[in-house]
Amino acid sequence: MSKTKKTETVAGTLIFVLIICLVCAALVSVAAVGLKPLQTANKLLDKQTKILEASNLLAVALKPENIKVAGSEDKSIVSTYEKYVVAKMIDLDSGAIIDGDVNAFDERKAARDVTQSIKPKNDMAGINRRANSAVVYLVKNEQGQLNTIVLPILGMGLWDLMYGFVGLEADLNTVSSVVYSDLKETPGLGAEVLNPRWKALWPGKKMFNEQGDIAIKIVKGGAKQGDIHGVDALSGATLTSNGVEHTLHFWLGAEGYGPFISKFKDGGLD
Amino acid sequence: MSSDTKKALFGPVIDNNPIALQVLGVCSALAVTSSMANALVMTLAVMVVTAFSNFFISVIRNQIPSSVRIIVQMAIIASLVIVVDQVLKAFSYQLSKELSVFIGLIITNCIVMGRAEAFAMKEKPGISFIDGLGNGLGYGAVLMVVAFFRELFGFGTIFGMEVFQLVQNGGWYQGNGLLVLPFSSFFIIGLIIWAIRQWKPEQVEKD
Repeated sequence: MSKTKKTETVAGTLIFVLIICLVCAALVSVAAVGLKPLQTANKLLDKQTKILEASNLLAVALKPENIKVAGSEDKSIVSTYEKYVVAKMIDLDSGAIIDGDVNAFDERKAARDVTQSIKPKNDMAGINRRANSAVVYLVKNEQGQLNTIVLPILGMGLWDLMYGFVGLEADLNTVSSVVYSDLKETPGLGAEVLNPRWKALWPGKKMFNEQGDIAIKIVKGGAKQGDIHGVDALSGATLTSNGVEHTLHFWLGAEGYGPFISKFKDGGLD
Repeated sequence: MSSDTKKALFGPVIDNNPIALQVLGVCSALAVTSSMANALVMTLAVMVVTAFSNFFISVIRNQIPSSVRIIVQMAIIASLVIVVDQVLKAFSYQLSKELSVFIGLIITNCIVMGRAEAFAMKEKPGISFIDGLGNGLGYGAVLMVVAFFRELFGFGTIFGMEVFQLVQNGGWYQGNGLLVLPFSSFFIIGLIIWAIRQWKPEQVEKD
């Protein structure tokens, strides 16, 4: 360094650093605030896509004629969602439908807030804290009758929590689908829960046995032909498979949607 | 294109490859190469960040006080990485869901810091920008080769298109479980380095 810089003094250095910080902060803020609406829309669209998938309506939304009517694939998903799906907030302990802003509700945020969540007594899904409320999705058919109920679920896999949705038919026993939306499982092994072939094993399975106990299970080595409660485990992904089973058992049980399901079966929804 | 520009742009692809010769940025090269689509997006992100960080650092290179230069470089790089992450979230949500963690880690990618310190602090903005692009290209070239082998033999696909039908999808090909896992990239990168040094023996380090 031959010539000395003006900024080599203490004051110069401080001023320089201050300016850099301000410029960088401005750049980051502009990007974050300016792109926020697009990001929120993307997030919502992603969620709606998964809910439609869990209620077997995604195929309807993606029919060429429906896409044509709506204008684009994304718009068709949104309009299909708005046509068939009603979101309701419920209180998990009582199972009753409560008032609440379903769009503003954030399960992850609520689960972190000690005033809005509890520590489950039997935390088999490994979620640590469970939010007091949840948003469930009632999906209607063309005639306006209830067709499917989509329940958000989460539970520990091998590496991290896996977030997803389980779709139940109107008897709240028959599975219509298990769809994971957010997970960090090993590609090719645990992440095979996203494989359409594995997802295709779920529809028609029964969650509960005749006594009303949770009976759904993941069977290592493959479920027997005609086993209405058993689903093949993923090969090479025992811990992920166990995670899926534990997640379902937790969320269908007394500390999950159990109260809601029994209330619903007694006809006490509306 | 002058020979200097050419050298700055294409030199890092083979002759001075950031991964193969300088052995920088290997961490992210392990993480994002399970599919070619991921590798491509990561390549573009690193190119953009390296090019622009090189450019901005070069613009203010004569003003940066040498006592805090690394921190100043980091602030600029970090800001750019956040911007790239935000843009991805807004325009390519699915990919950002898979890559978000690694995009954040571009901040710690040694290639970006390395080029800022070794090149942009001495050279003019234009050529620094080109140098950033070039190093992004070199990084990307290795990433794409690694991702090609990992995706093809691990999942039987290329860019998500089925080439070998997997056993679990009713086909004949049993995916290679090793290639699915990140550390398999060590073997592939090792083989790439060996191949390049076989072809260009001047890259071999002397004892």
